[in-house]
Amino acid sequence: MNAAQIAPLAVVLPLLGAALAFVLIRHPNAQRRTGAITLTVTLAVEVVMLASAWANGAQAVNIGGWIPPFGITMVVDELSALMLVVSSAVSLAVLLYASGQGMADSDEEGPVSIFHPTYLILVAGVSNAFLTGDLFNLYVGFEMLLTASYVLMTLGGTSPRIRAGVTYVVVSVISSMLFLVSIAMIYAATGTINMADLAIKLGELDPSTQMTLHLMLLVAFGIKAAVFPLSFWLPDSYPTAPAPVTAVFAGLLTKVGVYALIRTETLLFPGDRLNTFLMVVAVLTMLVGILGAVAQIDIKRMLSFTLVSHIGYMVFGLAMSSVVGLGAAVYYVAHHITVQTSLFLVAGLIERRGGTTNMDRLGGLAKLSPMLAILFFVPAMNLAGIPPFSGFLGKIGLVQGGVDLGSPIAWVLVAGSMITSLLTLLALARVWNRVFWRRPEDAEHPDPVLVATKPDGSAVRTTRHVEERPHGRFTGRGIVQLLPMPMVWPTIGLVVMGVALTVFAGPLFELSDQAAREMLQRTPYIEAVLGEGAMQGVAP
Amino acid sequence: MTVNLTLLLVMGVLFAVGVYLILERSLTRVMLGLMLITNGANLLLLSTGGPAGLAPIFGVGVPAEAYSDPLPQALILTSIVISFAVTAFMLAIIYRSWVLGRQDEVQDDIEDRRVANQPTFDAEDDAEIPAETTEFVPPDEAEETPATNRARTEREK
Repeated sequence: MNAAQIAPLAVVLPLLGAALAFVLIRHPNAQRRTGAITLTVTLAVEVVMLASAWANGAQAVNIGGWIPPFGITMVVDELSALMLVVSSAVSLAVLLYASGQGMADSDEEGPVSIFHPTYLILVAGVSNAFLTGDLFNLYVGFEMLLTASYVLMTLGGTSPRIRAGVTYVVVSVISSMLFLVSIAMIYAATGTINMADLAIKLGELDPSTQMTLHLMLLVAFGIKAAVFPLSFWLPDSYPTAPAPVTAVFAGLLTKVGVYALIRTETLLFPGDRLNTFLMVVAVLTMLVGILGAVAQIDIKRMLSFTLVSHIGYMVFGLAMSSVVGLGAAVYYVAHHITVQTSLFLVAGLIERRGGTTNMDRLGGLAKLSPMLAILFFVPAMNLAGIPPFSGFLGKIGLVQGGVDLGSPIAWVLVAGSMITSLLTLLALARVWNRVFWRRPEDAEHPDPVLVATKPDGSAVRTTRHVEERPHGRFTGRGIVQLLPMPMVWPTIGLVVMGVALTVFAGPLFELSDQAAREMLQRTPYIEAVLGEGAMQGVAP
Repeated sequence: MTVNLTLLLVMGVLFAVGVYLILERSLTRVMLGLMLITNGANLLLLSTGGPAGLAPIFGVGVPAEAYSDPLPQALILTSIVISFAVTAFMLAIIYRSWVLGRQDEVQDDIEDRRVANQPTFDAEDDAEIPAETTEFVPPDEAEETPATNRARTEREK
């Protein structure tokens, strides 16, 4: 069976689910069920696509029956199928977490009923961006997910969220404009926007024109992927959004940018023209990001900086243009989506349990909630790259690629990635020591509730009088379930998925290396779209 | 390919004014700037289709070169719809910002200010650790423990 035949379902199903969720806007329970069922079915469809792509390589479908390169094509290859499966699994977990949060809080703050339809549109946009084989449709996918993310970012319309939302919206719109202008220029230069067709025709252009188009795409995608120095917007805007929203943004949105960078570098503009440049950018992204993370006292902000920093690893793998490096980068993207999302979900649980994510106020959470401590510890060590976790395996792959390359800049990158890994460990160990390990009264500004709380949590409910003081300082922290199981289970699921990336690292590396090999060859992708023999007479 | 000079000039002006407006602090001007840049990009898309021709609807006996290029027009249509949605959203944000704070200016990030102003001394990392010389504390300096308390209350009886 041709897996690409069912590829449009990955976009259509979430969109239909969004429409249904919108109709059911007054029935929160039905909305939750719609979202969960839609994403489960989508995930199942994508697993079938991954299995088929793994067995048969790249496959394409022409939407509406237009012959390529005239219509919109969707291409399923190893990279896009893997991205789809990981992103859908993660977004399903986050949706369940958000539903659990909504149930626990009985939907008291803000227009949460808009959350489910918007979230499903976001997922549809992400799937569209991963699947499309058409540059303008990639732009449409980006816009779908960005417009949905604007709404999610400013959910509830509080003052800090509006402030953060403005930065985010303006930066995203500018990057989209750059992308649109690049598309216009590429169309003017080649007369096509089909990516497989472009892969052939861009190579025939004048080198300086190629360079201009290449750089414009890199800048546009670099903003979306938060590559230094275009990453300034991310730590400013992500932490203020609700916890599940931040988690899904951190996991998916920057990775869509990275995916677009990978396609640009391998399919559209192959060769090593800008590799040194990308390597310099990668090492700066890693170091500047992680130095920012070490300086933060808010857990969510700290995690946002580590997110920026670890984008550098993916750019590093991409810049090597070798099977080892690119394969490790693909594996690293899958690892990072899972682990970064689970850390943000745990940060949301910490906020619920401790009332804040400010490290100066928190303390003693390991005693208060050992389960929360374990849920933080496992993905934290995973992100820092402690063996035997998947972060370690991904970094080993990248370092191996760098050593194989052996050029001075590659050695600088190997050293930079080691330093970044250690500093990540430092930043996360600070969280561990301060939030979980020390006594609550040792905090710089001890939280009276945490200090008064006994290990069984009994004092919490008696010291907070929410009913009498509706606008008191503990409003929203009072008689709520502190760690509702519907929120904990999806978090556990994601943490386990992060560990599973280690257990199944063998087949996954095989898959990502196969993806890297096909991307570097380019022939499978192009022939899947344009038919056999399309590459004849084209310089490799 | 021939290029229409008027379109090119208008495009340049739109981009220049748009960039100028985006650099303002007032959100309304930023939004206007984004709108102008979007329109500039749309004109660029339009000009990539080459000179104008017949409407791209199939007619018998009309040579292919006589038609306008339909693809840029389809792209512009999509891009107009998208920019319409984004503009509506920006207006909503500006209104919300006005309702909340009676202002539509871009605010400084509080956390950034805090990080910029924080002292280089960090109590956790840089404080001197008092050196312990002995495990055995003289009795008069010993802290009150339950045992000493009990001894004292018994004495008072």
